[in-house]
Amino acid sequence: MSRVGTPLSPQRRRFLQDSARAAGGCVAAGSLLAWLARDARALPAEALRPPGALPEKDFLSACIRCGLCVRECPYDTLKLAELGVDAVATGTPYFTAREVPCEMCDDIPCVAACPTGALDPGLDNIDDAKMGVAVLVDQENCLNFLGLRCDVCYRVCPVIDEAITLETEHNARSGSHAIFIPTVHADHCTGCGVCEKSCVLPEAAIKVLPIRLARGSSADHYLKGWEEKEAKGAPVVEGIIDLPDRLPGPGTDNLVAPGGFEPSFKLPEVTQ
Amino acid sequence: MTARTHMPLGQEAIAAKGWLGAHKYLLLRRASQLFFLVLFLLGPWFGIWIVQGTLAGSLTLGLLPLTDPFVFLQSLIAGHWPELTGAIGAAIVLVAYALIGGRVYCSWVCPINPVTDSAHWLHRKLGLQKGWQPKRGTRLWIMVTVLIVSGLTGAIAWELVNPITMLHRGLIFGMGFVWAMVAAIFLFDLLVSRHGWCGHVCPVGAFYGLIGSKAMLRVSAANRSACDDCMDCYAVCPENHVISPALKGKDTPLILSPDCTNCGRCIDICAEDVFKFTHRFDALTVAPPESTAAPQPRASRPF
Ligand code: SF4
Ligand code: SF4
Ligand code: SF4
Ligand code: SF4
Ligand code: SF4
Repeated sequence: MSRVGTPLSPQRRRFLQDSARAAGGCVAAGSLLAWLARDARALPAEALRPPGALPEKDFLSACIRCGLCVRECPYDTLKLAELGVDAVATGTPYFTAREVPCEMCDDIPCVAACPTGALDPGLDNIDDAKMGVAVLVDQENCLNFLGLRCDVCYRVCPVIDEAITLETEHNARSGSHAIFIPTVHADHCTGCGVCEKSCVLPEAAIKVLPIRLARGSSADHYLKGWEEKEAKGAPVVEGIIDLPDRLPGPGTDNLVAPGGFEPSFKLPEVTQ
Repeated sequence: MTARTHMPLGQEAIAAKGWLGAHKYLLLRRASQLFFLVLFLLGPWFGIWIVQGTLAGSLTLGLLPLTDPFVFLQSLIAGHWPELTGAIGAAIVLVAYALIGGRVYCSWVCPINPVTDSAHWLHRKLGLQKGWQPKRGTRLWIMVTVLIVSGLTGAIAWELVNPITMLHRGLIFGMGFVWAMVAAIFLFDLLVSRHGWCGHVCPVGAFYGLIGSKAMLRVSAANRSACDDCMDCYAVCPENHVISPALKGKDTPLILSPDCTNCGRCIDICAEDVFKFTHRFDALTVAPPESTAAPQPRASRPF
């Protein structure tokens, strides 16, 4: 007997209705949860993850929010984000450099304590940690940039002379002194935040930022000719004609050099 | 139904067994819940580090790792293969609850349980309506949804809202606004849906129910022939649909539903001592008394 055209039995109708309702409810609740999960990925710039933490997306799939890393940290650097207080995914560990920086323990107890690998146990040398990168964000207020010798951020750095160096430059203001510019080298900076913590200014002029904010990147096809040349030990393109460089001197359009003449192209006059 | 169903809840049991006897498992349960909480709090409060961590993951005496298997499962589905320590911890917890009784977690460990229990108590005292009662399978649907969302977003999804670990973590590491979450659950259970959270929504309870569906520890209505239909057990049981098959059925007197939380309130509240804790292979019933007629009301019962 064909069932085509016969109305659904009440039980069957009810079952279908219930299933549809349940599925609809699940999609609604699931979407809400998925939205929360996306939201949770937005880590504030001043919140740094412990050493060895996986990239943020993987971290949220791995960290079970047990707090064992927090307990093992001898400097009370780490804390678990509190619901509605910290803008970090609730219950996950983080630290704020300006409050308590990471002291870069040799035995990395936080990583050893993590039961899930959310803090990568492959990190066996704390100098390889990448919690962020320090950036001298405020050159107008940094004392060294003003020509003074503060140097504090440089001196406190646990990876001094590798992660941060003082680069000298002529002080044009005084005309006769040097400026010692604190310069961070991202390859060696662990992002521990000791420099930010120690900056003598009321608001630190050097700050540890997450790598995504701290760093640019060069295009893949971009090669540095001088590096290529050095690696090859010869000019990159063989047999290239090296044209003479135009140096200031007689016969060039350089008025400063003796014998120079006016350039043929004149800039248009600017009238007020 | 008899006049007995209109007597104050538990009065007969107290008369028959005394107040302590009628609250034995309730008190034991509160003691157990407190014990597990205090274990975790001894460290941060008094510097006695027996257990570190939270219910989501912990380390006892620096030796025994424990991991919540539901969190672990979400982590797996989200695409992370955890380190051995975490995996061992999850296996230990899984096997323990699968053997003893899945929702033993709910009644004897979970810190939300006292909250929803008190909501239920007040609900009863105020004589409120049942309210919204979603279908039995709802929490299983939610559980599946949580797992799917974990897979799709690559994050341990339920931990973003899980009030159990939030409350536990809150007590140990710092509360934040978790109290609002707890208050919301209390009010939900009180005003919106009786037994709403633990009985219909919580996917953690659903998960523990599933893993414990073949577990050993069971409540048995072994003495069911003595039941005098006072209905008190139905009133106190947080999952009272589990009672009828055992109490009124003709087969096994064991409560085999995975929904039973092994809280033992039915044992406490029954003046006739119909129920007892036993193991799942003990399907014995107490032989009915000589006269198979309904038991006579006892003299001690004040009508
Ligand atoms: S390396 Fe040491 S100081 Fe830094 S977070 Fe880990 S335990 Fe704390
Ligand atoms: S120990 Fe690992 S899993 Fe636990 S909170 Fe820290 S990072 Fe997360
Ligand atoms: S964050 Fe600062 S102190 Fe730490 S390694 Fe980098 S430059 Fe040095
Ligand atoms: S400590 Fe602060 S002010 Fe001093 S040199 Fe470093 S960044 Fe500048
Ligand atoms: S159902 Fe969920 S919240 Fe309720 S006691 Fe069980 S695990 Fe805890």
